[in-house]
Amino acid sequence: MSLTIDDVRHVANLARLALDADQLERLRDQLGRILEYAEQVSEVATDDVPPTSHPYPLRNVWRADEPRPSLDPDAARATGPAIEDGRFRVPRIIEEDA
Amino acid sequence: MSAIEQATAYEAVIGLEVHVELSTATKMFCGCAIDFGGEPNSRTCPVCLGQPGSLPVPNATAIEFAIRLGLALDCEVIDSSQFHRKNYFYPDMPKNYQISQYDVAICERGHLELEVDGEARRIGIHRVHMEEDTGKTLHVGTSGRIHGADYSLVDYNRAGIPLLEVVSEPDLRSAAEAQAYLSELRAIVLTLGISDAKLEEGSMRCDANVSLRPRGATAYGTRVEVKNLNSVRSLGRAVAYEIGRQTGVLDDGVEVVQETRHWDEDAGRTSTLRAKEEVFDYRYFPDPDLVAVEPAADWVARLGKELPELPSATRARLRSAGLAAHQAASLVSTGLAPVFEDAVAAGAPADDAVKWLTNEVLGWSNEQGVESGAVALSGADLAALVAMVSDGTLSTKLARQVLDGVLAGEGTPAVVARDRGLEQVSDASELERMVDEAIAAQPAAADRVRSGNHKAIGALVGAVMKASRGQANPALVNELLRDRLISGA
Ligand SMILES: [Zn+2]
Repeated sequence: MSLTIDDVRHVANLARLALDADQLERLRDQLGRILEYAEQVSEVATDDVPPTSHPYPLRNVWRADEPRPSLDPDAARATGPAIEDGRFRVPRIIEEDA
Repeated sequence: MSAIEQATAYEAVIGLEVHVELSTATKMFCGCAIDFGGEPNSRTCPVCLGQPGSLPVPNATAIEFAIRLGLALDCEVIDSSQFHRKNYFYPDMPKNYQISQYDVAICERGHLELEVDGEARRIGIHRVHMEEDTGKTLHVGTSGRIHGADYSLVDYNRAGIPLLEVVSEPDLRSAAEAQAYLSELRAIVLTLGISDAKLEEGSMRCDANVSLRPRGATAYGTRVEVKNLNSVRSLGRAVAYEIGRQTGVLDDGVEVVQETRHWDEDAGRTSTLRAKEEVFDYRYFPDPDLVAVEPAADWVARLGKELPELPSATRARLRSAGLAAHQAASLVSTGLAPVFEDAVAAGAPADDAVKWLTNEVLGWSNEQGVESGAVALSGADLAALVAMVSDGTLSTKLARQVLDGVLAGEGTPAVVARDRGLEQVSDASELERMVDEAIAAQPAAADRVRSGNHKAIGALVGAVMKASRGQANPALVNELLRDRLISGA
């Protein structure tokens, strides 16, 4: 499976990365090699092997609906770079002309 | 379907996506309590803040609620489903993804039976899937909206609260059907007791997908998603507006643009919010932290057996007890059916009980902004009130004031009538005194009655009622006046 420049541009856009033409070309090559590596799995995975998302056959790991103490609010807020009125302050989400 | 809708060349195709915030004690994947108000970011932990090394574990009660709603909607409960990560850049989730379900949901392929304008309709339920709610963002700037904001502030107290998303098939064909579907779904959720389902407060949220196609066509037209529908009424208005707008676009020979539109309740119109994001943009993948959900068949069977009576069954029962379809529907949708049934069991005639509930009690709850299902009125209180009217202790007018008192928590009807001094005066000597005073005060009216103009008696009855501040028994007053003024009466 080979990647097109548009594929790379699309993924870059989803990751909010601004890449120039050289970078797009270089990453197309690098990402393509990563995919080829992962594709080796398909050489052994045949139709009778179901897709696996977890290495262990675990199921139904649930917890009872019982409250546990939350973090101290100041400790929780200390994980963010800027706080205002007890809330996490984040940069403008949508640009004016978006 | 109205004559206007039939007359157009297009058929509307509507599907609804409804989010239901579950009333569990804790969040979906962590033990943070669910509560209202309080300090921002006071109910968070490493899990719901997405800190490295934290491990989400699903809330068993939320899973049970999902299965119960699925069963109430006649869905198949799926043997094995899992959680996926829905990736996106938006600070309402600190993890940069929301945990949701993707290719397989916990419940699929159900349906909901509706009756709209006397016509039975079966609406398919595509699926019910589990996910987590997002945090609340506050946009700071002159506009107060996300566009043009200087920056935003986020409170993660809501992030991680369990949500069920109920996705209908595109089987709805009019604004009225969409409203009936949302009302019925809400009634089911309330009956199950899995959410407080308040559209106005956001614990139940509805998005509508609306498209048009030429009448008789089978292919779907381009659909538009409408957001910000905060009541059943908003949904109806927004869908009707969108049908009209798309009809205009198609009539002009232009194609409808696939997009998300925002309903403005005050302006009564929708406007473009954003172009539709392609589904693969979210890069869903199985959450490696969460294992498969495989509910045991015997557990599911037991949950099915333990479902409460659903609204459709309650309506059928009320109708077989003699209520009209609209009365049964009103009692069920307002949550007043139990009060009605208790009142009838306590001896109130069904006709009287339903009249008081649908006229007076609903009127009061609308006026006071109190949820009708939460009014402080027992069936026994209602039966007592009805009995006081029928035995003449209260006039209908005074009974309304007594009801106000009962609803305000002042006590039983007897206590309120006594404390507010509202009992009807039926004491003969007191009424005679008031009647004599009225005759003396209005000799001309009395003469007209004496000379055969019996209608003039109304003025005198009115005077007595006024003097007694409405508490005189009008039938007795009428009788006494006739005794005194009409010979041979
Ligand atoms: Zn938490």
